[in-house]
Parts: sequence; structure tokens; C-alpha cells
Amino acid sequence: MSEKIVLYYFNGRGKMESIRWLLAAAGVHFEEVLLTKREQYEKLLNDGAVMFQQVPLVEIDGMQLVQSKAIMNYVAGKYNLNGNDLKERVMIEMYSEGLCDCMEMIMMLPFKKPDEKETQLGVIKGKATSRYFPVYEKALSGSQFLVGSQLSRADVHLMEATLMLEELFPTILSTFPNLKAFQDRMRSLPTINKFLQPGSQRKPQPDDVYVKTAMEVLNIKMP
Amino acid sequence: MSEKVVLYYFNGRGVMESTRWLLAAAGVQFEEVLLTKREQFEKLMNDGALMFQQLPLVEIDGMQLVQSKAIMNYIAGKYNLKGKDLKEGAMIEMYSEGLRDLMEMIMILPFKKPDEKETQLGVTQEKARSRYLPVYEKALSGSQYLVGSQLSRADVHLMEATLMLEEKFPTILSTFPNLKAFQDRMRSLPTINKFLQPGSQRKPKPDDAYLKNVTEVLKLQL
Repeated sequence: MSEKIVLYYFNGRGKMESIRWLLAAAGVHFEEVLLTKREQYEKLLNDGAVMFQQVPLVEIDGMQLVQSKAIMNYVAGKYNLNGNDLKERVMIEMYSEGLCDCMEMIMMLPFKKPDEKETQLGVIKGKATSRYFPVYEKALSGSQFLVGSQLSRADVHLMEATLMLEELFPTILSTFPNLKAFQDRMRSLPTINKFLQPGSQRKPQPDDVYVKTAMEVLNIKMP
Repeated sequence: MSEKVVLYYFNGRGVMESTRWLLAAAGVQFEEVLLTKREQFEKLMNDGALMFQQLPLVEIDGMQLVQSKAIMNYIAGKYNLKGKDLKEGAMIEMYSEGLRDLMEMIMILPFKKPDEKETQLGVTQEKARSRYLPVYEKALSGSQYLVGSQLSRADVHLMEATLMLEEKFPTILSTFPNLKAFQDRMRSLPTINKFLQPGSQRKPKPDDAYLKNVTEVLKLQL
């Protein structure tokens, strides 16, 4: 295996997007194999590349890593996005896990039946504004970053999550001034600014094509 | 806050059990506040002890930690159960996450409707046999531990998961000799041996009382 970092996933956000964000924020070059056909997935299975027969898969440093949280912790550790010590790291991971829970609710939306989507949207908005945002709003009082004095994976996830929520609910940050200011600061960081430009490896919101492709590749039937 | 390690959870396994296993395997003493009444949960919420209004909660080293994966990574880091470098850490976390997915299938069983339980049991057994157990069987070929040359959190989770599976499917390890031998080796480790004795803080399989406990404390609609 070469020195390259290669991401294997569908042509869309899903569970890989947070990993793309982290690598981009760290200024790390990566390539992608976008799975559009069942045969590509079966080849990964037959090659024994996917430990639990699941994607995401990231090839990095001679390893074939699966399990998105293991991947993110490795990337964060390698590129100094995991704090200075164990205590900072656990705070970063707590904040990160909360954001991943929040983003997972959004991730599931395209796969919900039409009548469930409205309900789920309401649940997401309610939880975002009552359970999650207040935590990060408070953490950013008088603080540039969520933990310690440098950028961590938690900050990157927070940027990603707040942008995703604004896509669904454009005014959702209007009562969270610290989060708004945080977004502006993050936007001004060169690597993140670059990732937010058109033509970057950032993926668009999921659409019907994305759902159809994911289900075909994984051989899933909608319930 | 004192030096003590205190776990806050229901009186049962759930998402806290893997953390109990890790602390026990590391030989770390811990206390438990077992939540049996809604008022206890509301007090934690009102005290701001729960960052995302969820359990588990672990008080350790002056922090109130939530999010089970964050808790387990902290404990593993503190008590040397994470391997010797970043790469070993990634392998350990990969193996651990797989086991977590597997144990979660068993964890949700009590909360399934009766007609769904049989299906879920079937899915669990099939996935255990075809997707998960072969990975660990292979990893243990010619190796004492899953990663590197010392005990890691992945080994502890594997012991926990295989015992849980055997509770549901008594002969499931019959075609996995490396896993059987692994269990014997783990059983002989003093801290783990102690945790497997009656009277330890290990929790029993969930029953109706546990389900009722969780439902009441969290005000769940089932």
C-alpha cells in the first residue's frame, strides 16, 4: 500500500463526511474511491478489506481502517486534533460524541418513510435547540475553541454540524450568538475556508440518487 | 469532588456494563449510584451533571463524564489498556467498536416487542457467527491478545461479548476454538476472575424489573 490516504464510500456525506472534514481541516491530502456499483463493494468484501463487511473504509499508514469513530480518533491523534493530554482528550471526545449523535439524526432522514420525515425533522430541531446547542454555546463563552487553546476535532465537528442544521433550518442559530461568531472564526481558517469552496471534496446534501445508490451497493431493501 | 470513581446508571447492564468490566479488569475500585426512581434522574439533570441529559455518567478525576465511548477511551488511556502507540490504538478501537455493535444488538432485546424478539435473536446469532466471531478467531491465531503483546480494552470487551453470547446461545463458541481458549486465559487473570465471582459489581442479564426500572426513570413510551 502506498503513502496515500484513500477513502472508500458512497458519493455522498453519510458516515464519511466527518472524516473528510477532519482531514481537510488538518490540511491533509486524500483520494476517494466512490462506490456506485454493487460489484465494487463485493470486491472489497472478497479482498477482506472491510473488517466487519461495512464502510466507511480508510486506507492510511498501511492500515485498512473501518469503524468511523476509530478512524476519526486515529486521524485526530495523528494530526494533533485531540488535545494536549488525556483530560483534554476526554472533553474533546465528549463534545464530539454529542455532535455525532446530533448529526446521525440528520443522516438517517433520507432513509425514513415520507410520513416519518416530518416528525423526525421536528425531533431534530427540538433536540438541536434544547439539548445540544446550549452546551456548545456555553462552552464557547469567552473561549475561542471548545477545549483548551487550540483547534480540536470537536471544533471541526461543531462547524460541520451547525452548517448541516442551518441547511435544514436556516435561522436556527439566531439565538446562539457564540455559535454564530464561532462559525465566522472557523470560516477564516485557511484549510476550512478552502474546504467550503465549490470544487472541494465536501459532499452535497443527500438526494434520491444518493439513497438509491447506497441501497443498491449494500443490497438493502427499503422497509 | 473526591478521588472516588462513581458510576451513575440503572441497576442493570445496559450501556454501563462495558465500563464496569474495564474498571474491574484494571483493578480499579468504583462505587455505584443505582438509579431506581425518576427523582434521582431529575436531580442529576437539575444539577447540570449530565451534559446531554443522558446516562451513563461517570465521576472520575474531578470530571463528570458522559458518552460511553468517551468514558471508555479515558479509562483505557488512564489504565494502560489502549496499546503502546497510535496505530495499536486504532486497531484496538476498531476491534472494540465491532464488539460494541454486536453487544448493542443484545442490549436492545429487552426493549423489543415480543414478536420482534425472535427475529432480533436470529439476526444477532447470524451476525455473531458470520460477521464478528470469525474476525476475532482469526486475530487470536498464534496470539495471546487481540493487539500487541498486552491486555487491551478490546480483549476485555471480547470476553464480555462472548460470555453474553453464550448466555443466549450456549454452544455458539463450539466452532471457534481460539475464542474458547481466549476465554480460559482471560478467566485466569486475577482481576477478571474476581469480577466473574458472585458478589462482584457485574450485573445480571436484564429482566422485566430492569425494563420497568429504565422505563420509569427515563419516562419512556414503549
